[in-house]
Amino acid sequence: MSGHLYKENSLAGLIHHEHKISVAKCYQCGKCSAGCPVNTEMDFPPSMVLRMLQTEDPELEEKLLHAFSIWMCVTCEMCYGRCPMEIDIPKIMDFLRQKSLEQGKVNPKAKRIVKFHKAFLDSVKHTGRVSELGIIADYKMRSFAFTQDVMLAPKMIRRGKLHLIPEMIKDRSMVKKLFKKTINKKENPL
Amino acid sequence: MRIGLYPGCSLTGSSREYKESVVVVAKALGIILEEVPDWNCCGATAAHNLNHELALALPTRILALAEQAGFDKLVIPCAACYSRLTITQDELNNNPELKAKIIAHLGMDFKGTMVIQNAIQFIQDDILPILPAKITKPFDYKVACYYGCLLVRPHGILKFDRPEDPQTMDAVISAIGGTPIEWAFKNECCGAAMSIARTDVVGKLSGNIVKDAVDRGAEAIIVACPMCHSNLDMRRPNINKAMGEKFEQPVIYITQAIGLAIGLSPKELGLQRHFVAVNLPEKKVVETIMEEK
Amino acid sequence: MARIGVFVCHCGENISATVDCEKVAAVAAEFPGVVYSVDYKYMCSDPGQTLVKEAIIKHRLDGVVVSACSPRMHEPTFRRATEEAGLNPYLCEMANIREHCSWVHEKGDAATGKAIDTIRTLVEKVKRNTPLQPIRVPITKTALVIGGGVAGIQAALDIANAGHKVIMVERDPSIGGHMSQLSETFPTLDCSQCILTPRMVEVAQNKNIKLYSYAEVESVDGFIGNFKVKIRKKAKSIDESLCTGCGECTTKCPMKKIPSEFEQFLGKRPAIYIPFPQAVPNKPVIDKERCTYYLKGKCKICEKVCPTKAIRFDQEDEFIDVEVGAIVVATGIDIKGTDFFPEYGYGKYKDVITGLQFERLASASGPTGGEIRRPSDGTIPKKIVFVKCAGSRDPAKGIEYCSKICCMYTAKHTMLYKHKVHDGTAYVFYMDIRAGGKNYEEFVRRAISEDGAQYIRGRVSKIYEKNGKLMVYGADTLLSARAVEIEADMVVLATASVASSGAEELAQRLHTSYDQYNFFSEAHPKLKPIETNTGGIFLAGACQFPKDIPESVMMASGAAGKVACLFANDELTREPIVAEVNRKGAPYYSTCVSCFMCIPVCPYQAIDREQIKDRNGNLIKELARVNPGLCQGCGTCVALCRSKSIELHGFSNSQMMAEIIAVLN
Repeated sequence: MSGHLYKENSLAGLIHHEHKISVAKCYQCGKCSAGCPVNTEMDFPPSMVLRMLQTEDPELEEKLLHAFSIWMCVTCEMCYGRCPMEIDIPKIMDFLRQKSLEQGKVNPKAKRIVKFHKAFLDSVKHTGRVSELGIIADYKMRSFAFTQDVMLAPKMIRRGKLHLIPEMIKDRSMVKKLFKKTINKKENPL
Repeated sequence: MRIGLYPGCSLTGSSREYKESVVVVAKALGIILEEVPDWNCCGATAAHNLNHELALALPTRILALAEQAGFDKLVIPCAACYSRLTITQDELNNNPELKAKIIAHLGMDFKGTMVIQNAIQFIQDDILPILPAKITKPFDYKVACYYGCLLVRPHGILKFDRPEDPQTMDAVISAIGGTPIEWAFKNECCGAAMSIARTDVVGKLSGNIVKDAVDRGAEAIIVACPMCHSNLDMRRPNINKAMGEKFEQPVIYITQAIGLAIGLSPKELGLQRHFVAVNLPEKKVVETIMEEK
Repeated sequence: MARIGVFVCHCGENISATVDCEKVAAVAAEFPGVVYSVDYKYMCSDPGQTLVKEAIIKHRLDGVVVSACSPRMHEPTFRRATEEAGLNPYLCEMANIREHCSWVHEKGDAATGKAIDTIRTLVEKVKRNTPLQPIRVPITKTALVIGGGVAGIQAALDIANAGHKVIMVERDPSIGGHMSQLSETFPTLDCSQCILTPRMVEVAQNKNIKLYSYAEVESVDGFIGNFKVKIRKKAKSIDESLCTGCGECTTKCPMKKIPSEFEQFLGKRPAIYIPFPQAVPNKPVIDKERCTYYLKGKCKICEKVCPTKAIRFDQEDEFIDVEVGAIVVATGIDIKGTDFFPEYGYGKYKDVITGLQFERLASASGPTGGEIRRPSDGTIPKKIVFVKCAGSRDPAKGIEYCSKICCMYTAKHTMLYKHKVHDGTAYVFYMDIRAGGKNYEEFVRRAISEDGAQYIRGRVSKIYEKNGKLMVYGADTLLSARAVEIEADMVVLATASVASSGAEELAQRLHTSYDQYNFFSEAHPKLKPIETNTGGIFLAGACQFPKDIPESVMMASGAAGKVACLFANDELTREPIVAEVNRKGAPYYSTCVSCFMCIPVCPYQAIDREQIKDRNGNLIKELARVNPGLCQGCGTCVALCRSKSIELHGFSNSQMMAEIIAVLN
């Protein structure tokens, strides 16, 4: 249907090839940016991201991979829910995040957010589930945010919400294998 | 009908009262829930933000285990897990090549036929029909039903309720004697996974939600998602700071509200685990003619 | 024995540069049945045609094959020449050796060979041609105009002034349509009713126009020139011959609080009502679904106060049968309501209104006397947000097209608002500004540069109400898509224009095509925007697609012109390339087995059942019969008929077989 709509190796072309999403459909109405709850925190609101992808301009693509927007996005799916062209913007954001990470281009402002996600996944990799204490310890180590939420821990323990000993599943080796085959593949050093 | 339960990590940790209320309400109503054996984390926001295939593989293992266990349907009270598993199943069922690849990673059989239900669908199917006779303390409060993002979006895949001004939770509240209010932030985001990394953003977004509900007379906010609960409840100090106002209204899980209505004690339902104290005023007790046991 | 003449044209160099025309003519001369074969440079020229005519006479030809361009070019030319030479024109066929041969192949033996084959095929066909006579169909010189909006009014007046009778059917109690609801029209800011009502009165007074208001088209049968239409005159519960339109009944009716359709539900009307003061006809109707008498059997105050005793509670719907020769469809459009928008409140918020509702507020004869006031509390809004493209250009909402008129009327609304509320601010959220008409662009610029309308490029994601204000969340895509939040007093949605309700049913009754949006389909989008694929039915105005007033008027006059052309003859002449079910003598009368499978497959409803009766009037059998006035010669029935009882004149089975065999040899 649109065999040569995009350059083969542009981000737009890859998004079209891998996820069958066509950024050409976007007519820049701005409804996504208008409904995005964290618009004011972003350097490029969603409709800008779409426009930058449409240009297939390598300079702008670099800017996107280095952008803060893609990590500030809270994946609430509001943009997709309101888009008149029904473009799967959350999928595009996921794609850009993965590319940004693989190419080591994460925006400095987003480092804390990425560290949190990595801490989260580390816990999953090692126990099969998420151990809150583990994550928080891991996150604090990665982010040096030692004093944050310090007052919260005792309150959580008092309410029985914090496991002091992590829960482990039996088939942890399977989970580790999944990580190895996907996010920890040799080509995607994390 | 064999009903599987996938609690997810939040329900066994920081939101354990949600699982407690689900289990105790089901028990009181004679519904048997079986937990998926040796379930793993679905990957939540972190997985799909960082790696597409991992984000598919983790939920697929859970679904494969559920299929293996022979459940007729899988109930997932956590909205985020419900979202991940439903979207994963839909994506793989529409992409045979990708499905085969993930199955190869897993080394497990996966058909993609499991019926997945969120907390409210489970309530509609299994609880509402038998509820009227069991209500002893009508939940006679004015409340704001907060759906959050992932219960109703993306509508094309979830096909649940309506994405704007949803009504299903409101109907449940009405069924237990409550008054759901009309308000404007039913489906606006609370700040989601930014709870730790950008607590300021959560304070603002969740603050807007609480403020609108309270301004319109809500005595409590009802939720069906542990992330939403955590942001509206545990992060209340951040909300108060961001809004410059102190809000006392508690945040209650829909299953806890049902539990109160059928006469279960607050302790059984885990209400004491909340950060914002649940001090709802006592209401009249309705005398129902109970069948002789 | 056949005497066929073959005439091979060089067409200048068009054919002869590729095909060896002399050789072709020489070979054709040897075909069995050909007695004359010649080639010439320009067959369609005067000398060329004379050549053909003289050959027909001199060689006593009984069949002609002109081998030249496509029949779509010159078939009429050569058939006319044949007729002038005294031979039936349908004994002349064209072999296309230009578009199908010389224009698409390289020069050489193959091209010449193909030309020879083509001619041989046509020669075999022509040997089996039969002389046909054009079909003559009488025309009833009365037109039916469905819809009394500005397009219907224009069409009716034009046809009537051309000297023909017009029947106009309007389903509302008054004519005028949406134009009568507007306050001022762009780009001149003329008062809409002031320019429309004189036309409405003209319609009422024109001797050639019979107006049926509060009426609908019930059924349509027949064909071009000969339609039989049944009109349902809905019961007004008034004897119109006695009613003077004094309006006493409307003032005394106790049911005063019914939401008025004319006021777009912003105002009220009684159960017995005249929709607006300038209504034509200026006579009331009773809303049977709200009138106390019809609901509960009580009241009847209107009957008591009527000075001419014109109220008739027992009046029933009346059916009127009319015969017309042409139908003009002018049923217009509807506007989507605010309830179509989940993210803007599902229609719950009183101060979120449509563009048409804003027109009623701005209108001097409207529910607020022309003052812009909030429907919720009657206060004057100081900040209005206009949202364009509300529903239009929106595949997610199922309306992909652009509604055409909203950009212009929104600019107009900002101007009307500013003229009335000097300290108010108008914001417009837009994607584009479509102002492609005479003085349209200048009009929009005036709204922005002189009347201070604030245009922001971006769509609105969500609107909700809080403390009496409307919170509007949009974005400014020209400023890096930054979020724009406005606390507005009123929101006007420029909602999508859609086909008028009931358009689909009407199209089906008329047996005419419509598209997925229920807009009536034109015969050709570029060259035949007024005709439909159904002969005799023409389109005027927005029922074909949303358009503004000048375009509606233009199209209406065009439709009237088409009708006048049709009525310029007393008879309609049609090509005789039609199907015919064979007839034989008693006792079979036909090879038709009366299965009637042909009737539902005919796209033109051209087949009916003929009753064969004996002299006492007893029915012997029913046979299928093709109406030559309606048949378009598509051949579907011919292919379908299981007993091979139908032939297509000019393309009979034997002609087709002869061609096929000739090609294969």
